[in-house]
Amino acid sequence: MFDTPDDRRYMESHEWTTTGDGPVRIGITDFAQDELGDVVFVELPDEGDELAKGEEFGVVESIKAVSDLYAPVSGTVTDVNEDLFDQPELVNDDPYGDGWMIEVDPSDADEFDDLLTPEEYEEQIE
Amino acid sequence: MALRKPPLREVHAGRGAKFTEFGGWDMPVEFDSIRQEHAAVREAVGIFDVSHMGEIEVVGPDATALMQRLTTNDVTVLDPGDSQYSMITDDEGTILDDTVVYRLPDDEAGESYLFIPNAGHDEEMFERWVDRRDEWGLDAEVRNVTDERAMFAVQGPDAADLVADAAGSGVRGLSKFEASYAEIEGERCWVARTGYTGEDGFEVLCPWDGAEAVWSAFDCQPCGLGARDTLRIEMGFLLSGQDFDPEAEPRNPYEAGVGFTVKLDTEFVGRDALERVQAEGVEEKFVGLKLLDRGVPRHGYDVTDEDDRVIGRVTSGTMSPTLGEPVALGYLPVEYADPGTRVRVVVRGRNKRAKVTTTPFLEDK
Repeated sequence: MFDTPDDRRYMESHEWTTTGDGPVRIGITDFAQDELGDVVFVELPDEGDELAKGEEFGVVESIKAVSDLYAPVSGTVTDVNEDLFDQPELVNDDPYGDGWMIEVDPSDADEFDDLLTPEEYEEQIE
Repeated sequence: MALRKPPLREVHAGRGAKFTEFGGWDMPVEFDSIRQEHAAVREAVGIFDVSHMGEIEVVGPDATALMQRLTTNDVTVLDPGDSQYSMITDDEGTILDDTVVYRLPDDEAGESYLFIPNAGHDEEMFERWVDRRDEWGLDAEVRNVTDERAMFAVQGPDAADLVADAAGSGVRGLSKFEASYAEIEGERCWVARTGYTGEDGFEVLCPWDGAEAVWSAFDCQPCGLGARDTLRIEMGFLLSGQDFDPEAEPRNPYEAGVGFTVKLDTEFVGRDALERVQAEGVEEKFVGLKLLDRGVPRHGYDVTDEDDRVIGRVTSGTMSPTLGEPVALGYLPVEYADPGTRVRVVVRGRNKRAKVTTTPFLEDK
């Protein structure tokens, strides 16, 4: 019922990240955007901020709920999706594409191994 | 405690609704998206299941006297088929609940009323009516029919067409706050031109067992409590238990901006206290707030002045789907209550600039 692309890793708290050495993209899952409903506001870090795996990096708010965002991996923020400030609904419309949130240059490639595979994440949200 | 279920709980689940607990009831909060449901009501028509609302009937020779003494408005102005918004207050004039009082056609036993306490308040209000009736020696039967009636709200600029199709064209003749019996799918329904959205619309009460047939008679966007909340916040309408609550947010009708429901020339519980409040004036007032910075104000957030002194609290807030702006309701000291006054709302530790505004937030309402 919910889309869970094969080419990413997932957090139990419903963030996704692409994988690899270069900057990776991070966002929230299709399941998460559906649970939240209409997203109306996102608060994201600044370029250059350092993130630590598992720490809060921002907030997403829908009409009915507020949810913290947690970093899937440690690293430096290299880009922020500023389109979301004017069009937060992109998170609902395209959570894995135009609704991405930040790009991070990961500092420890091993951290990806601790994240959920698409199969494991799908089991969690079943 | 097990949640109470509206008769169409499973029908709504089958339609893909998400649910939430509200006032002890398991109610649909969202069918498609709050934004879509909200827009349907503002631009066309939507239907809400509000079977969590209480229904109490009061019938008998002293029904008028009992209603008059337990509500702040003047029920003696109501003819059968009329209704009015009213407050139920305690001896101190604190609002216990707000309600709509309908005068039903006279019964053999005497005058007949129906009033609508909020979700989860029906048992408390039933007991209050019975206790006071007995204390005052009045002759009236009080019946809590909350679990025998379903209630739907059909709201929006196209509501009259839809309700006339289902209930007959007679409903078009109802003025705001008028009601009558009408048959829908063979079920005898009480159809009232009332609502909680700021749009034209109707509220329909029907027998619990006929709920599915009546609900299905209205082919339009189903709406959940999420859109009901954003619609009423845009209008600045009070939500019982949140914008006033005898425990958590004790307020009198003058503070809450509903002094128009208080008729001091009638006798009711709380009258003397409210007469004093009216004479002395209130210290705090219910106001609208518009955030000037990005963020979403929510229930419980502090409101501060420009020196960071806490001066009030948000009682309700949301991102207004119609305006695309963050709006809030709450109580502020009268010296801060003038429209245009600059204040701040503390959103998760951050000060957001805001200004006091009049309500409704929608200009053409």
